[in-house]
Amino acid sequence: MSNEMNKTIFVVDDDVDYIFQLKSMLEKMGFNVITASGQKEAEDIMDTINPDLIITDLMMENMDSGFVLSHKMKRMFPDVPIIIATALTSETGMSFSLENENSKNWIKADLYLEKGIRADQLHREINKLLKL
Amino acid sequence: MSILKLLVVDDEPGIRSSVTRALKNFSVGYPFMDEDFSFEIYEAETGERGIEIIDQSDIDIVLLDNQLPGINGIEVLDYLKSNEYDVSVTMITSYASLDLAIKATNNGAFNFVSKPFTPQELRTALENITKNLYLKRMTRKMNHEGKQIRFKFLSVLSHELKSPINAIEGYLNIMSEKQIGDNVDDYKIMIDRSIERLKGMRTLILDLLDLTKIESGKRNRELKKIDLSEVAKVVADTVEPLAIQRNIKVYLDAEENLYINADSYEMEVILNNLVSNAVKYNKEDGKVFINIKKQNDYILMTVEDTGIGMSPEDISLLFNDFVRIKNSKTKNITGSGLGLSIVKKMINMYNGTIEVESKPDIGTKFIIKIPV
Repeated sequence: MSNEMNKTIFVVDDDVDYIFQLKSMLEKMGFNVITASGQKEAEDIMDTINPDLIITDLMMENMDSGFVLSHKMKRMFPDVPIIIATALTSETGMSFSLENENSKNWIKADLYLEKGIRADQLHREINKLLKL
Repeated sequence: MSILKLLVVDDEPGIRSSVTRALKNFSVGYPFMDEDFSFEIYEAETGERGIEIIDQSDIDIVLLDNQLPGINGIEVLDYLKSNEYDVSVTMITSYASLDLAIKATNNGAFNFVSKPFTPQELRTALENITKNLYLKRMTRKMNHEGKQIRFKFLSVLSHELKSPINAIEGYLNIMSEKQIGDNVDDYKIMIDRSIERLKGMRTLILDLLDLTKIESGKRNRELKKIDLSEVAKVVADTVEPLAIQRNIKVYLDAEENLYINADSYEMEVILNNLVSNAVKYNKEDGKVFINIKKQNDYILMTVEDTGIGMSPEDISLLFNDFVRIKNSKTKNITGSGLGLSIVKKMINMYNGTIEVESKPDIGTKFIIKIPV
């Protein structure tokens, strides 16, 4: 039996359309969704929420907003899995370099996903992280 | 035409030959590249053989299977990494194995092609790989020339162009799959948002052209005596449709016959950017005041709104490229993030100054002084 109904996903993205689309996608899967439109807003509401999973964009107010945010959220919610979903892929030549040991220790995310991933793939990855 | 050496490492002969076939007579070219690239294909049936070929020939791109008879793909990646080879590696894998994907990414793989692939999928992947490789090598070259800023600009630009494409594609997918039923009217908000994002892209492209012209110094400037009050009238008229939609009143107070030696297009861009911002970042039923007059030995232009305002932190970044103030009040507003950067650069060309006064939720005032 699937128990998505009890799970809350916190979505942070500065693209209002991406939020709209991801929110309806996740709600269709049965999750509760809370959203924030940027790093700052996310930090502002962080201590009022209790998410089971976090999906955040990378480039928001700053180029590294997603990294900073996941760092802070990991500190607050050590056991909550974090997905960084970004349109910024290595094809820009500016990959966020997991190649480098330093950043690997620093980047506190459990998974990187490319935006535009299909709903069923996303659902599978979420279920895996939530151990559903 | 330049040639990239591509090595395909896979124990299945079928995969190797389909790569060779798919890339025969295929070349990759982008407007930003100096020349097109075609591919010279090398084949290896094991990781060991692959490493041999890489040691001997200057391979640029590797298509690498993970499950190989001897050492596996990840070990080949390790070898490439520890020897600091300048190659772009793409894993040939089944999409499902995300663990492998992460592991491979950690080891420096650039991308994944899922098996089985069509020739077109492979070509698309190769386009991205080539672009990446080109940009990566170009970056290295530019770093030597001290041009990182330019590259950062390009990276952000590609992000800015990709976001609206993703948004529109997402909406089109929802519509194409009729996810919320057969009634076209139910999709109106998605259609409207898609149109809005397209407009944003168009603005970005136009702004980019302006910026490029300024920076390259290639635009033919036509400095002559122009009447600023006339320019201001044109700008006020241009912005009116947008203002009416949100019931915002635009008040223009400009001295008549206010002559200045300037390029009329540049003056229009400066005023237009400020006035359209004043409307965009305003509240419903708000006001915009445009004031232009001669004062001592300069022309004083102010554009003031009764809008959402900005914090001091926001203001400090305001004139940089691609800066957009992001908060819950601005999330539905589209823009290129280049407008004010352009304004500032143009004002600099006249040895002028621009200042900002702003209070959150009260409004913003831009003050421009141009010496005459």
